[in-house]
Amino acid sequence: MNTLALSWRYLWARPLAATLNVLLLGLGLASITFLLLVAHQVERAFDRDLAGIDVVVGAKGSPMQLILSGVLHLDVPPGNVPLAAVQALQKNPLVAEVIPISLGDNFQSYRIVGSPPAYPALYQAALAQGRMWRAPMEAVLGATVARTLGLRLGDSFVGSHGLGAGGHAHGDSTYTVVGVLAANASVLDRLILTDTASVWKVHEDYTAVDAEDRKAMEAEREVTLALVRYKSPLAAMSFPRWVNANTEMQAAAPALEVTRLLHMLGLGTDVLRAFAGMLLLTAGLSVFIALWNAVRERRGDLALLRMLGAPPGRIAALLLAEALWLGLMAALLGLALGQCFVLALGQMLGLDQSLLLGAALWPAELLWVPALALGVSLGAALLPALGAYRSDVLQLLQSR
Amino acid sequence: MIQSLGLQFAYAKGARLHFPDVDVPQGGVLLLGGPSGSGKSTWLALVAGLVAPSAGSLRVAGQTLGALGGLKTDAWRAQTIGFLPQKLHLSAALTVQRNLELAFWAAGVAQDPARIRTALDALGVADLAQRYPTQLSGGQAQRVALARAVLMRPRVLLADEPTASLDDHNAADAVQLLFTTAHRLGASLVIATHDARVGHTLHGLAPGGADSMFQRLVLYPTASSGAAP
Repeated sequence: MNTLALSWRYLWARPLAATLNVLLLGLGLASITFLLLVAHQVERAFDRDLAGIDVVVGAKGSPMQLILSGVLHLDVPPGNVPLAAVQALQKNPLVAEVIPISLGDNFQSYRIVGSPPAYPALYQAALAQGRMWRAPMEAVLGATVARTLGLRLGDSFVGSHGLGAGGHAHGDSTYTVVGVLAANASVLDRLILTDTASVWKVHEDYTAVDAEDRKAMEAEREVTLALVRYKSPLAAMSFPRWVNANTEMQAAAPALEVTRLLHMLGLGTDVLRAFAGMLLLTAGLSVFIALWNAVRERRGDLALLRMLGAPPGRIAALLLAEALWLGLMAALLGLALGQCFVLALGQMLGLDQSLLLGAALWPAELLWVPALALGVSLGAALLPALGAYRSDVLQLLQSR
Repeated sequence: MIQSLGLQFAYAKGARLHFPDVDVPQGGVLLLGGPSGSGKSTWLALVAGLVAPSAGSLRVAGQTLGALGGLKTDAWRAQTIGFLPQKLHLSAALTVQRNLELAFWAAGVAQDPARIRTALDALGVADLAQRYPTQLSGGQAQRVALARAVLMRPRVLLADEPTASLDDHNAADAVQLLFTTAHRLGASLVIATHDARVGHTLHGLAPGGADSMFQRLVLYPTASSGAAP
C-alpha cells in the first residue's frame, strides 16, 4: 500500500464525515464553476454577435437599448430613422459599409428582420437549404427557427405586428420560405431574414388608402437602425460624435455598451462570488475540523506508525494525501454540478434559445476550480498535518 | 543486545530520570518493572530511539543511539525494533493483511506479501488475514499485533504491558508466545510490566532454569531512581 492508497482507506473509514466534506467543498466549487461558466458564455455570446460591427446608428434614446435591440436582438428598438438619413451615412469617407436593419414584425415571437444579404454575410452564415431571398416577401430562416417551428422550404407564414407574440396579424401579406441557414451559433439562428422592402410592403399594403398615399409613404420610408463598419479604427474617435452632433440619430459602439452591460452584471456576480467564497471558507473549515479530529482520534495509530519507523514527514504526507483526495473528489463534483446548474438555468430561462447559455464548455478559466479545491483542502490540512508531524510519541506511550 | 551506561533523561518540565545500567546480551530477556510513572515508557522510547538521552550512553543491537540522524534513526528502528503496544493499535479502517502492510509503508520498503503470510502463519492467525480488527477476539488481535511487530525480523522486541486485562490462563499464553517468538528470531525481549505473573511464567519457561537469560530492571518513581536493591 502506498501513501495515496492508505490515505484513501483512512478517508473512507469515516464515510459520513468524508461525504459531508466532499459535498460541502463540492457545492462551493460548483458555485465558482457556475460563475466562471456564465461569465465566459455570456462574454463569448456577445463577442460572437458583435461580429465586426463598429457602431450602430439609430433613433435617439438609450445607446444600450440600441445595441440590445439591433445587435443582440434582446430588446425593442428605440424607434425608427429615415432611410434617406441612413443612406447618407454611406457617403461619409470614414464608413466602409452600412447595413440597414428593419424590425417591426415577428412570427411566433421570432423576429422578422429586413436587411440586405450583407447582414448574414457579417456572420459568415451559410445556407443549409434553398437560397437567399431575392424579392420582398421571401424569407430565410435561422436554424433554430426552422427547427422549432418545423417550417420547410416552400412553406408560407403570416407575420404579426410587433416583436412579441400576440400582435395583430397582417392578414394578406404572406412570407414564403426560400432558404434555411446552417446553424452557426450566432444571433442569426433565431431570426427570420427577409428583404428590407418586405417590411415596407407589409405596412404600406396595410395602411395605404390609394396609390397617391402609397407614393407619399414610399418617400418617407424608414428603417430601424443601421450597422456600420469603419474603414479604419481611427473613425471611432470622430464618427459617433459626428453622428450625434449633425444628424437626428445617435451612434452607439457595441463594444462599449457590452462592456458597460457586463460591468453592471458584474455587480451581481460579485455578490454571488462572495457567497461562493463563504461556502468555500465554510468547506475549508469543515475539512480542517475533520482532519483535526482524525489526527486526535488516530493519535495512537499515528504514534504506532512512528514506532514502526515512519519518519514524521511520511505521517504528515498521509494527512495531506487525505486532504488531496477530498479536494480532488470535490473538484470533480463541483465541475459536474456547476455544468448542470448552467444547463438548468439556460433551459429554465430559455437562454439556450438565444445561445447565451447552454452547451457544456470547458474554458481554460475552469482550471481555477481544481486549483481552488487543492488550495482549500491542502490549506485546511496544513495545521493538522503539522500536528501529526509533531505528535509526541512518548506522551502517547505513557497515556494509558 | 542492550547496553546502557549512566543513562539519563530530562523532561521538558525539568524533571530528570536516572536509569540503572543494564547489559542484556543478544537473545536475552529483560523484565522492566516498577509502578506507573516510574519511567518504563520513557525507557522503552529511549531504547527505540524515539527520544534522545540527555546524558549517558545507550547501545542497542550494536548501534550507538544518538549517533544517527533523525531519519536514519527512523529507518534503523523500522528494521531493528519490534514493538507490541498495550493497546495494540490495530487500525480499524484496515484488514489484518493491510494492518501488516502498514509496517512496510512505515519502513518505506517494498511490500512483501509472502513475509506477511509467514508472520501470520507463525502465530497461527493466517486465516484471519481478510478480517477487520473489530472481528477479532482479544487473543487473536494480540497475535496479529505481534505478527506486525516481528514482520521485519527485529533484533529487539519490546512489549508494553502485554498481560494487562488478561486472565491468568491467557496471560501465561501471551508471555509464552512472546518468549517463543523472540527466541525463534534470536531477538532480545523486553517486557515492561508491573504484573508479577509475567516473572513467574518466564521462570517456568526457562530451559533448565537458566536464570542467566533473565534480567530484571525495576524503576522507582523518584527524581533519582536507582537500581533495584
